[in-house]
Amino acid sequence: MGRKLLTEHVNVEGIETFAVYRKHGGYRAVEKALKMTPEEVVEEVKKSGLRGRGGAGFPTGMKWSFLAKPEGVPRYLVCNADESEPGTFKDRYLMSKLPHLLIEGMIAGSYALGARTSYIYIRGELLYVLRILEKAIAEAYAAGFLGENILGSGYSLDLHVHPGGGAYICGEETALLESLEGKRGNPRNKPPFPAVQGLYARPTVVNNVESIATVVPILNMGGDEYAKIGVGRSTGTKLFSACGHLNKPGIYELELGVPVEEFIYSDEYCGGIWKGRELKAVVAGGSSVPILPKELILKTAAGEPRLMTYESLSDGGFVTGTMLGSGGFIAMDETTCIVKNTWNFSRFYHHESCGQCSPCREGTGWLEKVLHRLEHGHGSMHDIDLIVSVAKQIEGNTICPLGEAAAWPVAAAVRHFRDEFEWHVTHPKEATQPGAVYRGNLVMA
Amino acid sequence: MEPTTTAAKPQFSPAAQAEIKRLLTHYPDDRKKSTLLPVLHIAQAEFGGWVSPEVQDLVAETLGLRPIEVYEVSTFYTMFNLKPVGKHVLEICRTGPCMLRGSDELTAHLERITGAKVGGNSPDGLFTLKEVECLAACGFAPVVQVREKYYESLDTEENVNAMLNELKSLVHRPILPWEENGLPTSLQNN
Repeated sequence: MGRKLLTEHVNVEGIETFAVYRKHGGYRAVEKALKMTPEEVVEEVKKSGLRGRGGAGFPTGMKWSFLAKPEGVPRYLVCNADESEPGTFKDRYLMSKLPHLLIEGMIAGSYALGARTSYIYIRGELLYVLRILEKAIAEAYAAGFLGENILGSGYSLDLHVHPGGGAYICGEETALLESLEGKRGNPRNKPPFPAVQGLYARPTVVNNVESIATVVPILNMGGDEYAKIGVGRSTGTKLFSACGHLNKPGIYELELGVPVEEFIYSDEYCGGIWKGRELKAVVAGGSSVPILPKELILKTAAGEPRLMTYESLSDGGFVTGTMLGSGGFIAMDETTCIVKNTWNFSRFYHHESCGQCSPCREGTGWLEKVLHRLEHGHGSMHDIDLIVSVAKQIEGNTICPLGEAAAWPVAAAVRHFRDEFEWHVTHPKEATQPGAVYRGNLVMA
Repeated sequence: MEPTTTAAKPQFSPAAQAEIKRLLTHYPDDRKKSTLLPVLHIAQAEFGGWVSPEVQDLVAETLGLRPIEVYEVSTFYTMFNLKPVGKHVLEICRTGPCMLRGSDELTAHLERITGAKVGGNSPDGLFTLKEVECLAACGFAPVVQVREKYYESLDTEENVNAMLNELKSLVHRPILPWEENGLPTSLQNN
């Protein structure tokens, strides 16, 4: 059993209240930070090697150090709690169980960045979590950890929670900022980056919930100590959302480096595939990352055991590898139709495209339509090449990464499961029977 | 004051007005527009679960915005219902992880027992069925959201019936979260 830095006290009765959270060591990181200079706090986060937990994996400390600091201009820390990547449900868990952990991280982070007002942008569906956070924020104000002159340090901070309205695209940081300004969630062209012109055109850092929460254990133990956990450049612990056909789906905090095979099959974690079935494929980092068949998710192309780290999951690039992404780990058993699943994800991206860029607006529609016809037995061999071609033409031609997110799953599904797509064309009658599934590509244990 | 959606010009209840006033303090004085999404949520909860053009105009007037600024936002975000809905809007997640654990079957089952079709209302006006994309509860699939509550693991008839019975037992308009008594037990976090 690995160390738990975020969720150690998650099952303590009343941990969502200030008093109990404080009794279990809560807000020590704020006390510590306020005795340091803001630059020293940034330095600790840099030393920790923490990489953004929202999906991109960009070093958090470096992102912080990019923030522009013009004289007399307010700057902001905005927490991205718009968790919407299919397969990912860790932030909802963290916020509803440990609201003070996020608030503590927001205070320390805001201090490091010199923000006097900070926002948590939470997806609108999670209004009940917004109420939990608002209650916890009120407690933090009452205890002197928010508001004027925090703990007599001279530093003041206001923290607010802001709900979205139901739009996956608002997880993209510039769309999130537009949304926070009361507009449609259309991503902005970059540059300028938010670090220079973000919320209200002022310097802004946008960080994922888990990244901000992780600042707390980093400050408590020191960046160097934190960096000792994990493997190589994948330092620390990470929350994984396990879902799909697993015996024990749920949220697991892992020290980065656990073998994928152990994560799936060990009783300590997911407990294997449900109903005694075989594993067919895994989408390891949220719906946007390439799907991998069983043999490539358990072992790299070189035959090395694959580990739950940024580097190991991406070993082999997109030819034989994938990405750690947001840690949304979707397992699919032997009865899963890859064509149907790919169509489902394409429908998602078509639905969620903001419509600003033609390649994405039109391309996602094409992908959904052509995949629908393949799944329903009306496709041709040419259609299989067509979706690969459309995906390629979206990729790199949009102002935000939703284009790539829509293209990658399609390209990977055809790359690894082409025979299954072809079977839908050559055997339309069989393929459209209820519950029908192609088993030609199945690797049995 | 009971909110209304009849021909008379809609008005926010005093509790909602107080909440809007509180929200306005969260943003710089010249950035009132930032309150638009939270205020649309309030409006939808106050006026029968949807935002009519009149209600959207009220939101615009309240925040000093042009009506188009409200319309373009209400039509962008999927949570805002632009036509009348039943008493309970069942938002069924249809995305991959929920589909893997039976959301298609759940939707068909809910259509059968409520008599509503996806996108429409049941004949008794009690339920609206709406398919939505990922609700971030994939480990507890399939999932349905009703107002502020998530109903999870709806892969058994027992859990589905428990959800429907709970909803049917809500005789009165659920208390809105910003009203003084807080959430009723039935709408609290599960």
